[in-house]
Amino acid sequence: MSFDGGLGLAARGVVPLEPVPEAEQPRPRRRQRPRLWRVTIFVLAAIYFIGPQLAAFKFSLVLSDGKYGLGNYGQIIQNSALRDALFTSLEISAITAVVVVALVLPTVVWIRLRAPKLTLLLEGITILPIVIPPVVLAAGLEQLEGHSPQWLVSLVFNHALTGLTPFYVILALPFSYRAIDTGVRAIDLRTLVDASRSLGSSSFSTLTRVILPNVQTAVLGAVFLTVALCLGEVVIANILLYVTFPVEIIQVGQETGPGVQVAVSILSLLFVFGLLFALSFLAGRKRGATSTRLI
Amino acid sequence: MIFLGLPLYSVIHGAFTTDGGSLTFQNFSTTFSSAADMSAFKNSLLIGLWTALLGAALGTWLAAAVLAGNPGGMVQRVVSSASGVLAYFAGVPLAFAWIATLGSTGVATVLLKHIGINLYSGGFTIASLTGLALAYTYFQIPLMVILITPALEGLRPQWEEAAQSLGASKLSYMRHVAIPVLTPAFVGATLILFGNAFSAYATALALTGGTIAIVPTQINEALNGNVIANQDRVGLALGVEMIVVVAFVMIGYWMVQSRARRWLQ
Repeated sequence: MSFDGGLGLAARGVVPLEPVPEAEQPRPRRRQRPRLWRVTIFVLAAIYFIGPQLAAFKFSLVLSDGKYGLGNYGQIIQNSALRDALFTSLEISAITAVVVVALVLPTVVWIRLRAPKLTLLLEGITILPIVIPPVVLAAGLEQLEGHSPQWLVSLVFNHALTGLTPFYVILALPFSYRAIDTGVRAIDLRTLVDASRSLGSSSFSTLTRVILPNVQTAVLGAVFLTVALCLGEVVIANILLYVTFPVEIIQVGQETGPGVQVAVSILSLLFVFGLLFALSFLAGRKRGATSTRLI
Repeated sequence: MIFLGLPLYSVIHGAFTTDGGSLTFQNFSTTFSSAADMSAFKNSLLIGLWTALLGAALGTWLAAAVLAGNPGGMVQRVVSSASGVLAYFAGVPLAFAWIATLGSTGVATVLLKHIGINLYSGGFTIASLTGLALAYTYFQIPLMVILITPALEGLRPQWEEAAQSLGASKLSYMRHVAIPVLTPAFVGATLILFGNAFSAYATALALTGGTIAIVPTQINEALNGNVIANQDRVGLALGVEMIVVVAFVMIGYWMVQSRARRWLQ
């Protein structure tokens, strides 16, 4: 930024009329010669993060007889236990995602409009599921299951879908809250709501037909994070003896050897990475570079 | 809140009562006098501490390096997507990637053996505390990137320019402006990283098959009666002790968080 008054203008929120020279003067030098400290961490990160993935890929290509081939990947498709577990997990993910969005979007809008003071409190709460040990949650659930009446057990706990979904909703709420809150913050919520109200729409149609389309990338981000979480959660499912996708990945190794495990791991990592990566392009296309960070 | 509170209540209630339902502290004293439980606690605290510090330092460095680049560029997209995957999803798949790399037949292990370094003869295994810490750092760094990026973005370029126009060097800008402003956010994020590693179990479960002595393993074993039967309530007492540790972490987090807000939104 130049020193001849541009600072004052920017401080008052006025866009300077000539942003071109000030933006370009320091920049070209930086681009030509990348700083040493940046290069160092990128190289370190590349080795540390990509190295194991490459190693895993090579490992997954080695078959049980020592030859190279894609056999491990073929076995994934043939393995019916793995397929069933994946479908269970996908069902749970889908239901969880729908419930989460239906809960979070109205909450965020309501808090932004009516109770902005609660924002701080909610942001504190959203940290809880990261730090509360899932193993303790699972222990509590096991206790509850043991003390529940029979009808509740057969209604809720006997199937992974009903037994896990409510708790995955809880685990996914915070991440989704953050993602959707970022999206709602970026739009002019009050104006949109007032305009929609003055044209005579109900709260519900304001929410679904005005706000939802405006924050669809953020909602999509919340959905993807929820799916990632549901596909990855293993501790609760394992202790409560439900066979979901990650639980089955651990178990499948005992029959087929580690090659298949590693192959499934790579594919699932790539799948989730693909979801989030695609999302970053959707977000970038809509609002420019500033809101690409949805996570 | 009900779904989060009910299991927690049931843990706390179970830990303080006997099978008959009367109040007791017996379960807690059992855990405190058990050498295995205490060393599990030490291991969990250690692994939380080390991976949090390492993750926080490297994560901040990486986030700063990414932000200094082209906004909305390829590097930024890849790093932010990858961070999301690794921080929120990757417990089990991650463990298998590490087994493939540094397990007893892993690619890196075999490669190092060819050039004369035998990792496993030196006492290293991927199922050890060091191996686990290595794997935990793999999701701690991305989580730090996610947590610290908003704070780094909140550092306004105007502040640096103002400092420079007053004659500050790059170093003194860092020392007197950037670091003081960032410290609360950094400490807060580090606390969360600690809580995350302290309570994580998925990676350990897949990596070691539940043999490593950290607190979640002890809880799992107590609940499933792998070692001694009828240890349920001892497991619950361990759970309560974990919650106490996490509660301290959260109180610390909330305290620094209100400070962090003074300068950064």
